[in-house]
Amino acid sequence: MTPLRLLGVHLRLGILNELQYRTNLVAQLASSLVGLLTALFGLGIVFSKTDSLAGWRPDELLAIVGVYFLVGGLAQTVVQPSLSRFMEEIRLGTLDFTLTKPVDAQFLASIKKIEVWKLIDVLIGVGLIAVALVRLGEAVGVREAAMFGLLLAAGMAIVYSFLVILATFAFWFVKLDNIFNIFQSMYEAGRWPISIYPGWLRASLTFVVPIGFAVTVPASGLVGRLAPSNVALAVVLAVAMPLAARGFWRFGIRHYAGASA
Amino acid sequence: MRHLVALYRAQFRTTIAEQLQYRGALAIWMLGLILEPVIYLSVWSTVARSQGGDVDGFTAASFAAYFIVVMLVDHATFTWVMWEFEFWVREGNLSPLLLRPVHPIHRQIAVNLTFKLLTLVIVVPVAAVLVLVFRPNFSGIEPWGVATFVVALVLAIALRYAIEWTLALLAFWTTRVTAINKLYIVAFLFLSGQAVPIALLPGPARTLAEWLPFYRVLGFPVELLLGRLTPRDAAVGIAAQVVWIAVIWLAMERVWSRGVRQYSAVGA
Repeated sequence: MTPLRLLGVHLRLGILNELQYRTNLVAQLASSLVGLLTALFGLGIVFSKTDSLAGWRPDELLAIVGVYFLVGGLAQTVVQPSLSRFMEEIRLGTLDFTLTKPVDAQFLASIKKIEVWKLIDVLIGVGLIAVALVRLGEAVGVREAAMFGLLLAAGMAIVYSFLVILATFAFWFVKLDNIFNIFQSMYEAGRWPISIYPGWLRASLTFVVPIGFAVTVPASGLVGRLAPSNVALAVVLAVAMPLAARGFWRFGIRHYAGASA
Repeated sequence: MRHLVALYRAQFRTTIAEQLQYRGALAIWMLGLILEPVIYLSVWSTVARSQGGDVDGFTAASFAAYFIVVMLVDHATFTWVMWEFEFWVREGNLSPLLLRPVHPIHRQIAVNLTFKLLTLVIVVPVAAVLVLVFRPNFSGIEPWGVATFVVALVLAIALRYAIEWTLALLAFWTTRVTAINKLYIVAFLFLSGQAVPIALLPGPARTLAEWLPFYRVLGFPVELLLGRLTPRDAAVGIAAQVVWIAVIWLAMERVWSRGVRQYSAVGA
């Protein structure tokens, strides 16, 4: 109960904080809309020339774009801003205040800052997935929906752990503020099914920066074109990566000497 | 004139020193530089293969050639003046620049050219690797195309600078130009040939692209180099570049003189 209440408090603080800067809402609306337009124009032009891209039909690719917005939006609403703040706190020494709180420090560091307007991307993602589902119609049954839910949760766990591992490096390298930009830049590639990319890029988008598991794999579950080995791998990674991130985080904390040291 | 040469040389030196401090930012910029053409190249090669190897005369190898040259021309022409100018106006950094006895655009151009020269060290090897990986088809390149390409590229650099500098001046009137810039970037993405050769756009969009200046900045020089255009297309394209530069340059001068007056009124 406490972690959930804590999340609620931070969410409320985030909203109150953002309400001071209402023009940011307009800016974010415009930015999300532009992102949506880019994705839809891209799909429109591609499918004016072909019926399917690497086996993906238009409505199925719409589902990929939906998952891309949903996962990206969630990461940018909570996880990325919070972990950026955490990295800044290491540099400034104010992390001490987080560590002395009677809650799990990793949890607190992961929810500390909330960019409320980024939820627009989450809404766009949900909307696109809904449209894709309606258009796919009967092809999506309970089994597919359950698989989608499972793989989406797995994908989010994998991305979250990945971002925590990246942020934990800040215990050793103080100036790392650009590292999430690298993730963001690679995430762009997730708007398309990763099977279209050449081998080296597909491998790095799967195992180095796990965007394939975050976007392509859950969407595959939704449209029922999933290799069983991918499901198994996603589940294994969804268990292993949070554990690895946790271990690395604790190792990093032990290394942290505080502001005065 | 001699005065300006000295100014550019001094600016080259300080910019090189400045840029070398930001190696992390350079690395991120490089990643974007590689990823963007690779993404569109992969999408369109996949489409070409699914259509039996060819979409409207483009094979996977000619898409590879197209997007690798797009990367190079985009690198030669791109500017970041829209983002920087907004910052200058908002933070007041423009004031000392206005006091200098030369137009601030010279400082901008000098910094831009230095950055381009400096990053050639990265761009050329990246292009070479992409050539090795994607095996592009450059067989259409001809001597007359290369010669006119050089002219078209210089004009393209001037044209893009004029467009984006004019857009940047909007910061005199509104401090939130991010939304406008993003809209411009999407329009540019689809109408310049950056995301897709404009020959593949649906009819009306293609006509629009041919009439607007964005294609003259990017897609036109690229297609010229790759031998996809006739001598007549080349002549029309270069004429269009010259006309656009003249029109936008005139607009820019008027906007600038009004904007500067506006700016001093705010600052006072």
